[in-house]
Amino acid sequence: MTETLEKTARPVDAGRSTPLRTARKPRNVIAHLFLVVLVIYFLVPVWWLLVASTKNAPDLFAGTGALWFGKDFNLFANLADLFTYNGGEYLQWLGNSVLYAVSGGVGATVIAVLAGYGFAKYRFRGRNFTFALLLGSVMVPLTALVIPTFVLLSNLGLTDTIWAVILPSLLSPFGVYLMRVYIADAVPDELLDASRVDGAGEFRTFFTVALPLMRPALITVLLLSIVGTWNNYFLPLAMLSTSKLYPITVGLGLWSQLASSNNGGSHSLWSLIIVGALVSIIPLIVAFLTLQKYWQGGLSLGSLK
Amino acid sequence: MAPVGSTTTTASPPRTAARPSRARSGSAKMLARRGRTGWIFIAPFAAVFVLFLVAPLAYAFYLSLFTKGLATGTVFSGIDNYVKAFTDPSFLNGVWFVVRFSIVLIPVQMLVSLAAALVLDALTTRLARFSRLMIFLPYAIPAVIGALMWGFLYSPTFGPLQQLFSLFNAQAPFLLSQGNVFAGLLNVVTWQWAGYYMIIIFAALQGIDPSIYEAAKLDGANWWQVAIRVKIPLVASALVLILVFALIGTLQFFTEPQVLAPVANGTITPDFTPNIYAFNLAFSYAQFNYASAISFALGIVVFIAVYIFMFATRKRGSLLK
Repeated sequence: MTETLEKTARPVDAGRSTPLRTARKPRNVIAHLFLVVLVIYFLVPVWWLLVASTKNAPDLFAGTGALWFGKDFNLFANLADLFTYNGGEYLQWLGNSVLYAVSGGVGATVIAVLAGYGFAKYRFRGRNFTFALLLGSVMVPLTALVIPTFVLLSNLGLTDTIWAVILPSLLSPFGVYLMRVYIADAVPDELLDASRVDGAGEFRTFFTVALPLMRPALITVLLLSIVGTWNNYFLPLAMLSTSKLYPITVGLGLWSQLASSNNGGSHSLWSLIIVGALVSIIPLIVAFLTLQKYWQGGLSLGSLK
Repeated sequence: MAPVGSTTTTASPPRTAARPSRARSGSAKMLARRGRTGWIFIAPFAAVFVLFLVAPLAYAFYLSLFTKGLATGTVFSGIDNYVKAFTDPSFLNGVWFVVRFSIVLIPVQMLVSLAAALVLDALTTRLARFSRLMIFLPYAIPAVIGALMWGFLYSPTFGPLQQLFSLFNAQAPFLLSQGNVFAGLLNVVTWQWAGYYMIIIFAALQGIDPSIYEAAKLDGANWWQVAIRVKIPLVASALVLILVFALIGTLQFFTEPQVLAPVANGTITPDFTPNIYAFNLAFSYAQFNYASAISFALGIVVFIAVYIFMFATRKRGSLLK
């Protein structure tokens, strides 16, 4: 997708006449300065986290040099503390986060791909009404559902289990909407009809003809749902009371509460929260950097209708 | 981009008209069978939709009609909970806070993300590509972690802000104090989301046919005029989408204040936003009936606010047409 993006982009500079270009120079400097300021603003917290992760408690609380490395390089000692603290609960939380994000994200994507295809390529009674309902539901604030879902699931005895986090994460009306918009256009009816004429059944047509054409939108929806579940805080906070089931977000929130409630005696816990926060942001940053050619185009899908 | 971009011109309405291929490929019987197959594709989503959206909403509404008293047990109380909610200063102050917060936050966020996207769209240097990724980076960071990080940066004991002010022998403002918490949270949320919005606008800008700019240039338009008169109107539907996302997100504000509450020395109260209030009613005071009424009322408020907004901007396109 990036390739096509680059192609549609204007050939800036390349074919410009010289007087125009010299006139552009000072503005380019200002534009680049503006970008540098923005980058510094957006990176300062991450930079601070990186630097603070390498410090021991005395350096961290030294009162100076918060944005530069301390006397000792303590990253590995901090990591070792992090992974062994309280019976290794951090690793357990990390594992839980991966489980919730992958199962919730993959599940929501499968459901969205099927439903998007159904809405885009079949005409049946109630289709327009169902789709209007779906569009309306995009506007329902999902956190307003958390407490009612909690009460509902507690009647079924499902709260404080992994299902209480995974099952509600499968709901992704926006994912269905994105898939429908994309499929309506990227999968031509003529291709599907040709496959049917060749004798392939509806499901075989879906898997062999339609599915491969959906890849860019599919990866975008997958990434969005994984990020949504990975970052979710309200839902697991409400559903789970056993700390062994916590995802990383709720776990670090718990640590921060513990650390601030016994102020002073918890210097080591603050170090763990800092290095724990650093470790927890690495997987998604790596995923976004490696998959950028897919999501950069895909994220604009919803707005291009 | 190409297949998606062309949706703009050949949007769904003409598609529902009779298509030649359909007439060719099947009898009425076949079409009916195919319609049933359509339902099979939609069935898993329909199940999740009913179980985790319709059922909780209906159940919340049902619960909100009852009141649980120590002496009386659970009794039907009609709309009493809603009357209570809309006269409860805790709820009303929370709503007032998120409304004020949206009014300030959304224009700030839009301005930052739009300015960044316009600049990035005009440059093709390596620095510009690098900046694009770095500005987007906070989106990959969970809101909990983002809030924790800013909490550290604001910290008077080990944050850099205090250290910077100490160089001039001054006392840094504590950005989570009573007077500053609005600005403190504004900064956290802008940092978290501006990059995501920037990417959406940027992608829309990249989808514009460049020959339009050439035409504008021939007419003597300069960079500013092209940006304001050509580019911004052409990405209006992306801007509307972002506004809707930001509005829905901000009205249900929860994570950042909830995470920062322990380090804010009491500024962030248990009724700071409607969602925090509902959470505390349910999990600290076990008032599930009243909490359901608050949740439901908040849901209705958000839905109506967004719907009015979408209706007002429907000419610009986006979700509803």
